[in-house]
Amino acid sequence: MVRVEGVSKKFCRDLKRSLWYGLQDTAADLIGGRSSNGLRPHEFWALDGVSLELARGECLGLIGRNGAGKTTLLKMLNGLIKPDKGRIELTGRVGALISLGAGFNPVLTGRENIYVNGSVLGLTKKEIEGKLDEIVEFAEIDDFIDTAVQSYSTGMQVRLGFAVATAMQPDVLLLDEVLAVGDVAFRAKCYERLARIRDRAAFILVSHDTDQIARVCSKVLVLDLGRERHLGDVGEGIRIYHELSRPRQDTSSYEQSAEGTTASIDWCDDTVADGGLFTFSISLELPELVTVADVRVVFWGDDGLPALDAYTRTQGWSLRLQEGTSVVRFAVGPLSLKRGRYAVSIALLNRANNLHLYWGDRIRAVEVDGPMTGAVPYTPPLTCLSITAENSRLEHKHRLDS
Amino acid sequence: MRDHRLTVYTPESPLRQPTKFVRDMIADLLASRELAWRLFLRDLNAQYRTSVLGYFWVFLPPLVASLPFVYLNSTGVVRMGDTPIPYAAYAMVGTIIWQTFVDALNSPLRTVNAARSMLTRINFPREAILLSGLMQVGFTFLVRLVLLIAVFGAFALEPAATAPLFFVGMLSVVGTGFMIGLILTPVGILYSDVSHSLPIASTFLMLLTPVLYPVPASGFGAIVSALNPLTPLIATTRDWLTTGTAAHLDGFILMSAVTVTFLVFGWVAYRLALPHLIARLGN
Repeated sequence: MVRVEGVSKKFCRDLKRSLWYGLQDTAADLIGGRSSNGLRPHEFWALDGVSLELARGECLGLIGRNGAGKTTLLKMLNGLIKPDKGRIELTGRVGALISLGAGFNPVLTGRENIYVNGSVLGLTKKEIEGKLDEIVEFAEIDDFIDTAVQSYSTGMQVRLGFAVATAMQPDVLLLDEVLAVGDVAFRAKCYERLARIRDRAAFILVSHDTDQIARVCSKVLVLDLGRERHLGDVGEGIRIYHELSRPRQDTSSYEQSAEGTTASIDWCDDTVADGGLFTFSISLELPELVTVADVRVVFWGDDGLPALDAYTRTQGWSLRLQEGTSVVRFAVGPLSLKRGRYAVSIALLNRANNLHLYWGDRIRAVEVDGPMTGAVPYTPPLTCLSITAENSRLEHKHRLDS
Repeated sequence: MRDHRLTVYTPESPLRQPTKFVRDMIADLLASRELAWRLFLRDLNAQYRTSVLGYFWVFLPPLVASLPFVYLNSTGVVRMGDTPIPYAAYAMVGTIIWQTFVDALNSPLRTVNAARSMLTRINFPREAILLSGLMQVGFTFLVRLVLLIAVFGAFALEPAATAPLFFVGMLSVVGTGFMIGLILTPVGILYSDVSHSLPIASTFLMLLTPVLYPVPASGFGAIVSALNPLTPLIATTRDWLTTGTAAHLDGFILMSAVTVTFLVFGWVAYRLALPHLIARLGN
């Protein structure tokens, strides 16, 4: 149904030049020639040599970070813009929901807009009339059908757009992140409808919601800065996408100590077995006694969300740290995390003024072994293994209270 | 119904396959009729739904354009020359023809600009926008015709026997305006300079064209009129309605032929340009 061979598209960063290139390209087409295959000044490949093939009944998930070229690819598939290289072949009727409410006139009523949008999508008046009830029913707008679209909520516009686009029974359906706007109930309904027309059509679905992709798609194309990073297996594609989306360790890590304090992570595990302990040690040089100090450890997952959060304060104990130098060793665990790579943040706080004595944000990365699925943020026990300084010691909560 | 038509997109100029290109042009033109009608109705509805004065806005431009000159002429400050029918009616005929020309001139760029969000998001026969613009021009002209009939009635004037040819003339006037507008459209979508200059240029052109005065017989005005390609179009169309003697028929036929030729060129350029323009417009 869909065959894309080595398709590339170049864009220009500079607006003035971009407009000028647009005229040049038009002129080149007009005299039947070709503009240069290479990049002109200020140009870059927004999409570079992408190939894919899709048969009826297949659903391709298109994922990638913002600016990866997803919408550009969809626009080329829909024939809105021309490829600069390569070839695209499509069979049958192509339906696209690249953006919602395109062609909706805000002043006209929902009914009038159904007719306009339907004929924009290539339906005849008769076909639209035959499908009107179905569209209205699916979009759940029966009370508003004769109301101007400008008084519709965003969700209602999405529903109407989706209902019209799917009513035309396309052979190829292109969906660009439009479903994200609908509420949960409507989204569920949309997926149900997609599943129903699935064996009749080929879909391409752009979404940042990897759960959606995993549920609906039979294969995945991961784009990164216009290049294909992965094409095929859904699970692997999602893993690569998360890897791409993860903030880069070296750029986002951040370390700081309180004034007069010298602190650093001496040592920490870089791999932990399933159910094992993650141990680390902090060496400190404090200008004065800290009677109540807390330690907090957070593991960040691929998705940028915390996977575990261990905090002495919530676990009912603290440290008493003497002035001068000391080395403190801690252990977090046993760990039961999804297999993967985690960024670790470690903080040492003075409970008296709530200031950080030490704060290392995503300073280390840890490889954790574990099952492939299942990840609920949890709080494993955090324990102090040893303190080297003479007078520093563990303070248990009951002792603090007394 | 399920069509298994194969669609292919490549970087090559579509002109490399001329037969397919022409076939697509004609197919799209035919396919766009219904959509054009829908878009026309949509715009018409939307336009007057948010307006209190409604169709009055259609009458206003020719009135505003001609009344000052009718006034100046009547006071004798400016002599417009001898007109075959009372000057007020003469000026009205001229301005209605001219306004229709200007409407047609502005139509392609205006409608394409208004349809930007649709163009960058949906693939549909691109001719539909142009056609719906033409329908609007035609509709506005028909409404103004009512004004013309009222003026003729008020002065108890009889249209000339060649009056049906007036509509042929109008077709050519609209065609010429539309042709110029269409050729300017690809540039005009990218650069706002075009839409800024169109109203200024058309006001200036109106004074250089025998719209509010008869074609000058002598002097500098005669040279300007003779060089102005719009003279035969406007003069012949007006003559067909008022006197029945078309003095500039040769020029009219030549201009019509030029218009048809360049109209096809403008259409080809429009089709070729759109994918490039959409790529530059972004969302």
